[in-house]
Amino acid sequence: MIQTLFGPEKKAGFLERLQNKMAGAVEKTRASLVSRVDEILRGKTEISPETLRELETALIAADVGAATAREIIAHLRQAAAAEPHMDAETARQLLQNELIQCLKVAVPPVENAAPPRVIMLVGVNGAGKTTTLGKLTQRYRDEGKTVILCAADTFRAAAGEQLQAWAERTGTEMIHQKPGADPSAVIFDALTAAKARGTDCVLIDTAGRLHTKDNLMQELAKMRRTAGRVIAGAPHEIYLVLDATTGQNGLQQARQFTAAAGITGVIVTKLDGTARGGIVIAIARELKLPVCYAGVGEKLDDLIPFQAETFVHSLFGGTAAFL
Amino acid sequence: MFDSLTDRLQRVFKNLRGEGKISEANIGDTLEAVRLALLDADVHHAVVDQVVGDLRVKALGQEVMASLSPAEQVVKILRDELLEVLGRQTAKLNLKTSRPPAVILMAGLQGSGKTTTCAKLARMLRQQGHRPYLVSVDVYRPAAREQLALLAGQAETPVFAGAPASGDPTQAVLELARAARREAVNRGCDVLLVDTAGRLHLDDALMSEMRQLKELLAPNEILFVADAMTGQDAARSAGEFHRQLQFSGAVLTKMDGDSRGGAALSIHHVTGQPIKFLGSSERLDGLEVFHPDRIVGRILGMGDILTLIERAESAVDKQQAAELEKKLQSDAFSLEDFRDQLRQVRKLGPLDSLMKMMPKVGPFAALQGRGRPEVDEGQLTRIEAIINSMTAEERRRHQVINGSRRKRIARGSGTSVQEVNQLLKQYVQMRKMFKTFSASPFLRKRMMDMDLPGQELEAGG
Repeated sequence: MIQTLFGPEKKAGFLERLQNKMAGAVEKTRASLVSRVDEILRGKTEISPETLRELETALIAADVGAATAREIIAHLRQAAAAEPHMDAETARQLLQNELIQCLKVAVPPVENAAPPRVIMLVGVNGAGKTTTLGKLTQRYRDEGKTVILCAADTFRAAAGEQLQAWAERTGTEMIHQKPGADPSAVIFDALTAAKARGTDCVLIDTAGRLHTKDNLMQELAKMRRTAGRVIAGAPHEIYLVLDATTGQNGLQQARQFTAAAGITGVIVTKLDGTARGGIVIAIARELKLPVCYAGVGEKLDDLIPFQAETFVHSLFGGTAAFL
Repeated sequence: MFDSLTDRLQRVFKNLRGEGKISEANIGDTLEAVRLALLDADVHHAVVDQVVGDLRVKALGQEVMASLSPAEQVVKILRDELLEVLGRQTAKLNLKTSRPPAVILMAGLQGSGKTTTCAKLARMLRQQGHRPYLVSVDVYRPAAREQLALLAGQAETPVFAGAPASGDPTQAVLELARAARREAVNRGCDVLLVDTAGRLHLDDALMSEMRQLKELLAPNEILFVADAMTGQDAARSAGEFHRQLQFSGAVLTKMDGDSRGGAALSIHHVTGQPIKFLGSSERLDGLEVFHPDRIVGRILGMGDILTLIERAESAVDKQQAAELEKKLQSDAFSLEDFRDQLRQVRKLGPLDSLMKMMPKVGPFAALQGRGRPEVDEGQLTRIEAIINSMTAEERRRHQVINGSRRKRIARGSGTSVQEVNQLLKQYVQMRKMFKTFSASPFLRKRMMDMDLPGQELEAGG
């Protein structure tokens, strides 16, 4: 199961690295706070109400959320009622498929617009936008694309310097202005430059903002409009960067950022910790937002395409990551 | 948004009016409502089970008091229970040391808000008359040290800027810490705040570095900084940090979001350590001493009116407040007073964050959730303009404002007659509400205590 955690990956070393990182932790964590789906189902010959409740708890423990977990388990209960002698393996398959279905969101096909392709990262403070942007840059650079970084976080102290460090690491140019400048103006500059030079991608870093701050959300909407004025259809992707440790508030974040900025997908970060990031299931389910990438470490290549199957496997306790 | 617990309970108890006792038969739905509310607030499920179990034991067999609805009674029992869990005492920083500076070490996951909290804490300590000194030993995240240096400038606190000589990260970290402490002694600073790199509790190398740092500095306080939006993982990450570092308290950050902050309960439950501070906003004054009674209200959806009152007290002139109180009681609350109030309220900060602190039941219910009126700052400006366009007489006696006056006021303030009408209607309602409160000392007291939800629940529950 470990081998399939995040699907075929060009960086083969990642799974072993993750596995090794986790192995130490498992030994040290004395009591597992979380019941694993596989553990619950092991040896069961029928699906009792207690088992269903334990499964519900396992989903809640992964931050799927009580309401979503209940609905998912209700479907399983119906299925179990229709088939009295359902064995554990069938139940497991049903549950797994249900979760995968939640995550499989139809993504509109990418139109082959002329470059530059403009990608903007948004999210609350500390979600990992800048780090993700650095890793995303590396991915595009590996594909042989030219990239311009746009430092539109003009608010947080030393945000520009942080992005500059990533620009240097990845050998990429960064467009920036003075701290406190209008972020839309920086975007205007970066997009104009990219258009003139025929750059393949522009990656926009934005200041972290809580979704409850109307003025900051409106600023985001303006940034988006500005991008669209320089390059028709831009930003082509707006990713919500979401910390895997986020609880039920993640759903509200996704709603508000979608309303203000038109999110096209989610990037879930910090999946190398013990949090399982189950809130993305609720988000994908309610808002039909695809999860596009997963951040799994601090290294430049620790950003991998998200795969629903392998993510769900990790919820099922197939890996040490789900303690 | 989530339903507040009291909303849920109101539904559960619709049919329970008239039952004399809380019994096995009627408590099941209630406990399930409580369980879901706590899970929605991101309290760890094992903690929820325990809290709900205790609640069952305590609530069973209790007489439903005539003055309370069963819903109120359950909320009260639960609230007491949670206060018990979170500890009733406000935990203060321990800065006593025979060999200054006292050291405060920050620890936490990536992106939890350590650097910002460090600067906020420095500002707070400075205001209390301490002489704090800052150092960042985060040699990993790009520009982390620059970030603290910039924030230190805003907090008008000196910061150690020297670069480490060692190429080995752990050695560099220890070197920075040592040098910063020496510098703090030289400058006569009495508190050294050490900002560290974010790390996972699974990261053996970095956790070992943290333990070495602890050994070197023998800190007075190790503060675990956690994001208030954290879900179920809060229990585990806090548990692991505590096991490896024995932290002395926690700081919950990003409280200005709309998360319910159940992480506070989980962290406290798993580690037994107090939550010492709550962080909100990116401004450096956004740090408050933690009061368990306040976050309990938030977790339960009862709002955070106490925090609001305290904030109001620092912004509102005490004497003015006393006068206002008198006016409210004597029904002399004029449109002029209303305008003064508006100005005072706007001094407190963005209206949004104030609204969130209001309880979600009682007379404030309309300010919350889906039915929440769209009050943006622009609208407040318009309201003020409308009142400004009235004559002094009109402001004192709103009854005189007839149709033609309304037209004039609308023209003068650049608004419409409808908007003027709406404002007057709201003002009249508000007066009525205040009158109800002052007429009933019982209700007034309960609103002030935040002991229990307000009148609406009692009437409908």
